[in-house]
Amino acid sequence: MSSEAAHDSGEKGTVEYIQHHLTNLCVGDCDPVTHQAAGFWAWHLDTIVISYLLAALIVIVGWRVGRSLNPNKPSGFQNFVEMVLDFVSNQVRDTFPGHNPLIAPLALTIFVWVFLMNAMDLVPVDLLPAIGAAIGIPYLKVVPTADLSTTLAMSLTVFVLVVYYSIKVKGPVGYLKMFLFHPFGKFFVPVNIVMTTIEELAKPLSLALRLFGNMFAGELVFLLIALIGGTLALGGGLSFLWGGLQVALDLGWLIFHLLVITLQAFIFMVLSIVYLGMAHTTADDH
Amino acid sequence: MNITATLIAQIIAFVLLIWFVNKVLWGPMSAMLAERQKRIADGLAAAEKGKSDLELAEKRVQEQLQTAKIKAGEIVAQAEKRAGAMVEEARVTARVEGERLVTAAQAEIEREVNRAREQLRGQVGAVAVAGASRILKREIDAKSHNDVLNDVIAQI
Repeated sequence: MSSEAAHDSGEKGTVEYIQHHLTNLCVGDCDPVTHQAAGFWAWHLDTIVISYLLAALIVIVGWRVGRSLNPNKPSGFQNFVEMVLDFVSNQVRDTFPGHNPLIAPLALTIFVWVFLMNAMDLVPVDLLPAIGAAIGIPYLKVVPTADLSTTLAMSLTVFVLVVYYSIKVKGPVGYLKMFLFHPFGKFFVPVNIVMTTIEELAKPLSLALRLFGNMFAGELVFLLIALIGGTLALGGGLSFLWGGLQVALDLGWLIFHLLVITLQAFIFMVLSIVYLGMAHTTADDH
Repeated sequence: MNITATLIAQIIAFVLLIWFVNKVLWGPMSAMLAERQKRIADGLAAAEKGKSDLELAEKRVQEQLQTAKIKAGEIVAQAEKRAGAMVEEARVTARVEGERLVTAAQAEIEREVNRAREQLRGQVGAVAVAGASRILKREIDAKSHNDVLNDVIAQI
């Protein structure tokens, strides 16, 4: 598809190609021309379906492993899951003060789900959209975490938990005090309120935007690398060179991106644990 | 790029996924891991205990062996002593018995001698009378010479 688009209309085709790949399959309150969401009540079907499929994958695998646990002779896959679980458990133990049975499964869910959604970035950029086009789906943005709604959904859930546990641990008064007297002491109450509010709101926003930005940019770079192949037709005799360049760049970015998607999933998990850990400390040692 | 209702769908999915992972994967697995950890710890402790038990038993065996050896030595020594005593006793008994036998034999000899002497005495009287009567060619009145005869006999 890339080569066709670039071939047909040059510069305009390139922009269209990228835009097309970054447009979600919108249902509901959508702009009929640009196919972008026009209001809040628009559903990005591709994001929802792919993330749900990945969640279903976790559910099925988790169910199968959880059902046939063998403490004496762990099978290969059970070993792998145990390793991941142990890794997450260690992270929680290192960064989370006190004990809360919800934190570790939350962290594991974030890590695995985000990792899987990020990993959709590693699927060749044109593969799934091309298949989609063949079966009549006009737009398909493959990476769910490159949709701000997904990342914000998770960070908001974490944020709600942070607020909930802050109030539960510090008490409503303690939580209020945090807004009034932190960080500058009792003589700067108005400033404190603004500062703390920004600080608290920055937590979910930074979580969501960091992941979204990384994945969006990563996808964009994949698209740009894919476009190099689009110059095949223009290059004529140099087509071999362009093709080689695309393959080399794609491979390099792919390997680098393997690191990025793991790292981003890890960062999202660790920061969630840290924020929840901060919610569990009392006002005195905050 | 706008925030859309997708957000709601994703929140629902996220919460359900957390619930599910906690329920089906994390719960059983961490319970299993904890149980396994406990079992390994228990097993190691049991092995340690078995080892120390074995050491203790070996020590006890050694001690018992030692006491048994000492006891056996004592018994042997006692038996030897007893044997010696028995031999000694037998020797003493034998000597006493021998002496008794010797004494009895001597007494017997004494008695025999006395009897023989007694017999001889009786016969000597008769022989003396017969001799004297032959010498004198006449009858000697045994009655009248009894005193003389008895005197002769007593001298034997």
